[in-house]
Amino acid sequence: MFEHYLSLLIRAVFVENMALAFFLGMCTFIAISKKIETSLGLGIAVVVVMLITVPVNNLILHNLLGEGALAWTGVPALQKLDLRFLGLLSYIGVIAAMVQILEMVLDKYVPALYNALGIFLPLITVNCAILGASLFMVERDYNFTESVVYGAGAGIGWALAIVLLAGIREKLKYSDVPDGLKGLGITFITVGLMSLGFMSFSGVQL
Amino acid sequence: MAEAAKAKDLLFKPIIENNPIALQIIGICSALAVTSNMKTTVAMCVALTLVTMFSNFFVSLIRNQIPGSIRIIVQMTIIASLVIVVDQFLRAYAYDISKQMSVFVGLIITNCIVMGRAEAFAMKNPPIPSALDGFGNGLGYSFILLILGFSRELIGSGSLFGVTILEKVTQGGWYIPNGLMLLPPSAFFLIGFIIWVIRAVKKDQVEQDQFRITANSRVSDAF
Repeated sequence: MFEHYLSLLIRAVFVENMALAFFLGMCTFIAISKKIETSLGLGIAVVVVMLITVPVNNLILHNLLGEGALAWTGVPALQKLDLRFLGLLSYIGVIAAMVQILEMVLDKYVPALYNALGIFLPLITVNCAILGASLFMVERDYNFTESVVYGAGAGIGWALAIVLLAGIREKLKYSDVPDGLKGLGITFITVGLMSLGFMSFSGVQL
Repeated sequence: MAEAAKAKDLLFKPIIENNPIALQIIGICSALAVTSNMKTTVAMCVALTLVTMFSNFFVSLIRNQIPGSIRIIVQMTIIASLVIVVDQFLRAYAYDISKQMSVFVGLIITNCIVMGRAEAFAMKNPPIPSALDGFGNGLGYSFILLILGFSRELIGSGSLFGVTILEKVTQGGWYIPNGLMLLPPSAFFLIGFIIWVIRAVKKDQVEQDQFRITANSRVSDAF
């Protein structure tokens, strides 16, 4: 049992890396990877948010939206209801609400971390990696424990990727790049090469 | 006259001059994952253009009624509802494509182009220009995506829309397909090169150096 979860975690971090294998959260990934410190802060925020939202969305799917999920209410009319088409709306609602709550909690109890994360917290709502993790969880039919592990793994993978990219970009700014490729262009090519590197993990059998 | 010129600007500026992907760096996620063949690329382009256009239109319609503090949630709800319509439509009429695109239809919600245009343009402008702006940005996005989809499918599997153009060696032809093009990283390289081409033509888009590297000094200067 433990091995199953461990392999799920390793797969989510390396083989199915959110940023470098599925290209999710690319906008923030490229826009906020100029410095290691800021990207590390953002990475931590993403891990925390994913760790909370994926399991919560899992609970919502299994207790409110799925086919026959409302059976626990005991109302006959609700027993056969299939509300999965409302999924997208509820997941994004949960994510937006969670980010807001997390922001308030951090502001009150851990002001240091709150200040360190600054503007990145609210931005996380529109990070596709977060919604992507929830949607993958739905598509692959994870149960509650699996969704906790998957949320953690996906977040850690994304954080790892953005910190690595920031490290490369900090060195890259000293190099002499052709005019048209400066900044954005060379960053794309760098990410492409990193992604090729991460593809070598796909041969790993777990 | 001025009206028509302004509408034209709104519609065509985002295609090359202010391209959402190449210059504004938004909406990249889906650009990479769905472009390995033309069918999904076209479906994605149409879906995103429609969603951007209508979300801009509706957000702009109620822009004066939305309280500032909850505007993100209101915009999200509008966008999410539109995406649900698109998703259900694809599932009903183009199930294969919907399966291939898997989670990326849902991810249109968090596509920064939709959110970004709603926030940056639709909140400040009347409905019709907003709809045009949304449509224009959708076109700019589609422009890059179609180039990617076209080159990736043609070079990667020698076909377009599933119809064989270049006869592959395995089918008795002459073309040896380049497998790298089917792999996702190739999209990064292609976007990098597209940016290079655009910036080679439009010099004003070139980014400034953060550091100036001094030219090599002569040997005699060193001593």
